Amino acid sequence: MKYLKSLVAAAFVAVLFVAAKPAGYGVGDTAADFKLKNVDGKMVSLADFKSAKGVIVIFDCNTCPYSKAYNERIIGLAKKYQSTFPVVAINSNSPEVSPGDSFEEMQKYAKSKGYTFPYLFDETQEVAKNYGATNTPHVYVLKKEGNTFKVAYIGAIDNNTKDAAAADKKYVEEAVDALIAGKSVPTDKTKAIGCTIKWKEA
Amino acid sequence: MKHFSLTLFALLVAVCSLAQTKVIKYPVLDALMKKQEGPVQVINFWATWCGPCVKELPMFEQVNASNPAVKVTLINLDFSDKLDKVDAFIVRKNMKSDVLLLDEIDYNSWIDKVDKSWEGAIPATLIYNPATGKRVFTQHELKEGELEKLIASVQ
Repeated sequence: MKYLKSLVAAAFVAVLFVAAKPAGYGVGDTAADFKLKNVDGKMVSLADFKSAKGVIVIFDCNTCPYSKAYNERIIGLAKKYQSTFPVVAINSNSPEVSPGDSFEEMQKYAKSKGYTFPYLFDETQEVAKNYGATNTPHVYVLKKEGNTFKVAYIGAIDNNTKDAAAADKKYVEEAVDALIAGKSVPTDKTKAIGCTIKWKEA
Repeated sequence: MKHFSLTLFALLVAVCSLAQTKVIKYPVLDALMKKQEGPVQVINFWATWCGPCVKELPMFEQVNASNPAVKVTLINLDFSDKLDKVDAFIVRKNMKSDVLLLDEIDYNSWIDKVDKSWEGAIPATLIYNPATGKRVFTQHELKEGELEKLIASVQ
């Protein structure tokens, strides 16, 4: 019985350990390409962005209050960097857990917000798992090097979720501007409070 | 009748005193995480809009009520201009644990100080035992019975 107890405890610790150390990309890693369905029904891959200097990948969704707070700023980034670092938004939330994040709801949301950029559905959640995305919005700035995409920045859009005007550190813009200028990224990793990605029930 | 109005008055006072969410800055949380003595500190990060957070709150309330060796503090991450909403939520759910609204919007400045492994998603929970110095941190919705196990693990 005592043996069983310690076995259960060990298994529990192992589960905790795995949960606390999610796999995923670090800055400098090469990002694997993906092929996901856009709200217009077409498939989108990183390889499609042939003339861009990189891509701003944003794990996002329809329902999270933090995503809503950042929505205008995401649309702004997409406009500003359209020809250099296009925005690719990805929703990885499971619609079974979060019904407001289904593909149909994504289509409605993108239309109502006038998205000019891809909004992709990561139905298997594999892309989010590969990247190590945990919350929304969670940004990965990828820099194109030849035919590969290297992770140059991971984290938040800026340092004020509540008020865009009060943000005095615009992490993503600073990173992308530095990359365009051929400089190193000033802050390459930040953290922010966000809604957890709604994983499928195991 | 007099008795009734007295009861009503007492009830009102009770409701009002329950509904006072304190707004704090980071140093208050920091001090809580570094206590040198006293009960096991269970610190849960939540928000009223966060479904999984709201779902697990009763577990914290239950532990707070039933285990005198544990002190539960619920760190609320709603925006400070939503204080009324948080107060109303606490009254509606009849919550008894301490609720502190952490008004620190520059998240990157303090998330790592709570735990290096925390990416910022909520719910998240820190359990710290001043007597043993042991601490555990989780960043997912707790399952039934998991909180008790985590508390036991810092003994």
